[in-house]
Amino acid sequence: MAKMHVKMNVNGAEVESLVEPRTLLIHHLRETLNLTGPHIGCDTTHCGACTIDMDGKSVKSCTVFAVQADGAMITTIEGMANPDGTLHALQEGFRMMHGLQCGFCTPGMIVRAHRLLKEIPNPTEDEIRFGIAGNLCRCTGYQNIVKAIQYAAAKLSGAPMQEAAE
Amino acid sequence: MSVIPAPFSYHRPKSIAEATALLAEHNDEARILAGGQSLIPMMKFRLAAPEHLVDVGAIAELKGIQRVGDALVIGAMTTQHELQLSKTATDAAPILKEASLLIADPQVRYMGTLGGNVANGDPGNDMPAVMMCLDAAYRIMGAAGPRTVKARDFYEGTYATALATGEILTAIEIPVPPAGHGYAYEKLKRKIGDYATAAAGVVLTTRGGRIATCAIALSNLADKAVLATDAAATLIGTALEKPALDKAIAAARAIMSPAADTRGTTEYRTAVGGVMVERALRRALARAKG
Repeated sequence: MAKMHVKMNVNGAEVESLVEPRTLLIHHLRETLNLTGPHIGCDTTHCGACTIDMDGKSVKSCTVFAVQADGAMITTIEGMANPDGTLHALQEGFRMMHGLQCGFCTPGMIVRAHRLLKEIPNPTEDEIRFGIAGNLCRCTGYQNIVKAIQYAAAKLSGAPMQEAAE
Repeated sequence: MSVIPAPFSYHRPKSIAEATALLAEHNDEARILAGGQSLIPMMKFRLAAPEHLVDVGAIAELKGIQRVGDALVIGAMTTQHELQLSKTATDAAPILKEASLLIADPQVRYMGTLGGNVANGDPGNDMPAVMMCLDAAYRIMGAAGPRTVKARDFYEGTYATALATGEILTAIEIPVPPAGHGYAYEKLKRKIGDYATAAAGVVLTTRGGRIATCAIALSNLADKAVLATDAAATLIGTALEKPALDKAIAAARAIMSPAADTRGTTEYRTAVGGVMVERALRRALARAKG
């Protein structure tokens, strides 16, 4: 099948490419754009490791064709850190609260939590757990992921942060 | 296990007319891509391999939620996430949000559409039963012009609906239930993201605390969503007293024929199907005013 021309804004940069219609967005990001932060976990719309932000929505990029993202604004984990290179509050929260062990789910978790906090800046624990229900973690039992998101919510709301024990 | 879809030609029409023309041109070789959260996984497993994919995501006419007199009109490409955020929809028929929040997971609800959910014909989808409870009508457009089909007449079997080749669902028209109506959608599932082991929706009205009108519909308990007409009829004039309630649950179980699968045996799913009907009825009655 003929390749199609697509243009998207990925982490602030305009990117133009030719893609086969059947190319999934996750493959386009990882293999064409070399953004290997979003992971392929289950490849069946369950695990959320491939989660990216597309036009203000958290989406599983294994379940979107790259051609559908023509004209879209996309953020991956690579676009989360602050422009000066310091960590985003969520990245800092995951580090401070030990929100990861193997780290495989973390890029999807952080990008999903980013959208959740945009919609609900001060979520309850239940709202956090319901909000990240599309992201599976097989290591942590979620306790410290919830704490990491709470840390980020507090920091983003301007609360003075206490240093966690390292 | 392949997870790369077979090749296809991709079309992104800007209007309903352009979409129906494409569907008419390619006939059986074309599939409509809505949110893609069911179709794309099927294509990855090669359970579907359309030669032409008509993405209706850029058609503005298919979007939006409007109150038009006594009806709520929801564009087919409205996502579950947009539906949940719509005060217009929730004020008119709160069962929509309640059921929508039980579908899949947050990411799937950002992409998944109401139209895709009701038109796919998967008995595991939740919105068909909700639309049957609400007595919704589906607006359909094809090369021959527009027509309307009631949700209660739409479902024929697994992936078999009244939608003909070349036709597209454009909107869902819901008669707004009376103020003070009771409603509930109960879904038993193994985990978030799963289809129902058993689910039931109820919309009812009361007079003097007794049920005046009642609709019960079932999800994933037969080869299609089904309306439990006999069960609902048993309950008119009651306040769910024991003998009437038991008769209604028995009547609902009589029309259940769930497949034995990883979610349970036919017997188990029928048993919990009755429990979902009972819980939905009790919660709907408790919410009803009148």
